[in-house]
Amino acid sequence: MTQHSAPKFADNAAPAEAIRAALGTVLVDLVDSHGEIAVHVAGQDLLTAMNALREVCEYQQLMEIAGVDWPDRDPRFEVVYCLLSVTKNHRIRVHVATNEDQPVPSVTGIWPVAGWLEREVFDMYGVLFEGNTDLRRILTDYGFQGHPQRKDFPLSGHVELRYSEEHKRVMYQPVTLTQDFRNFDFMSPWEGADYVLPEADKGEAK
Amino acid sequence: MSMTPELSPTTGDETIQNYTINFGPQHPAAHGVLRLVMELDGEIVERLDPHVGLLHRGTEKLIEYKTYAQALPYFDRLDYCSPLGMEYSYVLACEKLLNLEVPLRGQYLRVMFAELTRICNHMLNLGSHVMDVGAMTPNLWMFELREDCLNFFERASGARMHSAWFRVGGVHQDVPLKLLTDIGDWVDGRLPELFADAISLVADNRIFKQRNVDIAIVSKEDALKWGFSGPMIRAAGIPWDIRKSQPYDVYDRVDFDIPVGTKGDCYDRFMVRVAEVYQSARIIKQCLRDMPEGPVASEDRKVVPPKRAAMKTDMEALIHHFKLYTEGFHVPAGSVYVATESPKGEFGVYLVSDGTNKPYRCKIRPTAFSHLQAMDFMSRGHMLADTTAILGAMDIVFGECDR
Repeated sequence: MTQHSAPKFADNAAPAEAIRAALGTVLVDLVDSHGEIAVHVAGQDLLTAMNALREVCEYQQLMEIAGVDWPDRDPRFEVVYCLLSVTKNHRIRVHVATNEDQPVPSVTGIWPVAGWLEREVFDMYGVLFEGNTDLRRILTDYGFQGHPQRKDFPLSGHVELRYSEEHKRVMYQPVTLTQDFRNFDFMSPWEGADYVLPEADKGEAK
Repeated sequence: MSMTPELSPTTGDETIQNYTINFGPQHPAAHGVLRLVMELDGEIVERLDPHVGLLHRGTEKLIEYKTYAQALPYFDRLDYCSPLGMEYSYVLACEKLLNLEVPLRGQYLRVMFAELTRICNHMLNLGSHVMDVGAMTPNLWMFELREDCLNFFERASGARMHSAWFRVGGVHQDVPLKLLTDIGDWVDGRLPELFADAISLVADNRIFKQRNVDIAIVSKEDALKWGFSGPMIRAAGIPWDIRKSQPYDVYDRVDFDIPVGTKGDCYDRFMVRVAEVYQSARIIKQCLRDMPEGPVASEDRKVVPPKRAAMKTDMEALIHHFKLYTEGFHVPAGSVYVATESPKGEFGVYLVSDGTNKPYRCKIRPTAFSHLQAMDFMSRGHMLADTTAILGAMDIVFGECDR
């Protein structure tokens, strides 16, 4: 029963059928949860799927490409494409799983807006897009190293900027924290968090 | 501004020199920190490469380390010209995952202040756009109106710009009755008078039209392909407004029109925003008329903290208060993409929850990213001086673009 007042778009039932019919065997999974459709496809079928979604199912606009890092999963990264149909007033998401060394085909040929969106995912996660002719970093500094949105990248980063009176310019130096970074664990032990008690991991190799 | 002459391959025996120049990162018409690397043939723009990210603060990364309630103020700092419009997508995304109902008065207040934010944002954008193309007075007058809006925000939330007033489940506090009557008087009197005066100076002005009409025409197909939204897609002639087609909160109970452009040039984009200000005023009036009495936030004590006064006498309230301000509330696992019509266009939040008290991933979809990317094809063939008009009509703020 829907109680929230988030944006209400067209019902999911008819578009889900249309997507199943249009994608056929390319479709790996179609999940309908929280009132949104998530279409899972394999990386090599992405262009076929996207073309079908745009031409047959009328999803004219690519609004967003989001990367998600799941360190425990293999393949590790998930690239999420948010599509919008202005004629059918419907939104879906297309999910593709990939690895660091496994490029995802670029959708710049279908939607030119993907250029910068893919650059951002590359910048933040290091996911490669095959066919994107301009895969430069976009949000981080010129000459930045690492991919900051990965879960194993520290929040404080590795370097900080300061003005050096000696060199008369702004320069990078390794980050120094005057106080250790504090990350409070508020997970309640009564609500099923998987805690390792201090005694339990004694003697185990780190 | 640095200039490096570049030899370009050309026809015949003549050699034409193309210039590559830097526009920004510090330029009054860049509306923030934008670096445009422009390749010019004389004064004609041949190619344009926007370099963004100079204001990148890692908002998305920071949000992953904060509880859902603590993450909210970061949204004010994205598009600092329309803070409440940014908060809106985030609270709706959380509410969608929680499936939380918001009381009617809370919904009306949010819609009303979102529209006030729209007016506030358009005052800044329209004013700075006319200033970019050479007019001074309208900007000063519109800043008067923007100042009024900021005073209203201050009276509602205590802060002029970074309100942090929306909450998951409603709004933080109810507003005093005097504020509502003052907003009503302002919408009926001062706003339409002063705004009409300011616009009358430029709307039919010959110089203003010469600078904007037929500049950077965008077709419907291009607008769809390049992911345009908000006034940018409406100026191209597509009547697409999320408030109308995918209504959230009480937008389906208020009556308003969607202005669309006919040509898709900079002048249309300007005039669409002008018309939107009047529509927002209409929505505010209806909100004031229809707003019921009642609670402004959900009564679900597992998400919305009780009032501080209750905490002093009620044990249960004390426990909830403590739990919600230390641990915060837990959001069921899942992911949603929620987009609202912010003053600048579709502002979306892709929220991934793993069931804990912190967002696992919060991807922010800025409006400026796709618009600025289109800057290259929109400016090609236009004069160098037109880039400021194109940029002004795009309504770009770098807090949001760079996150």
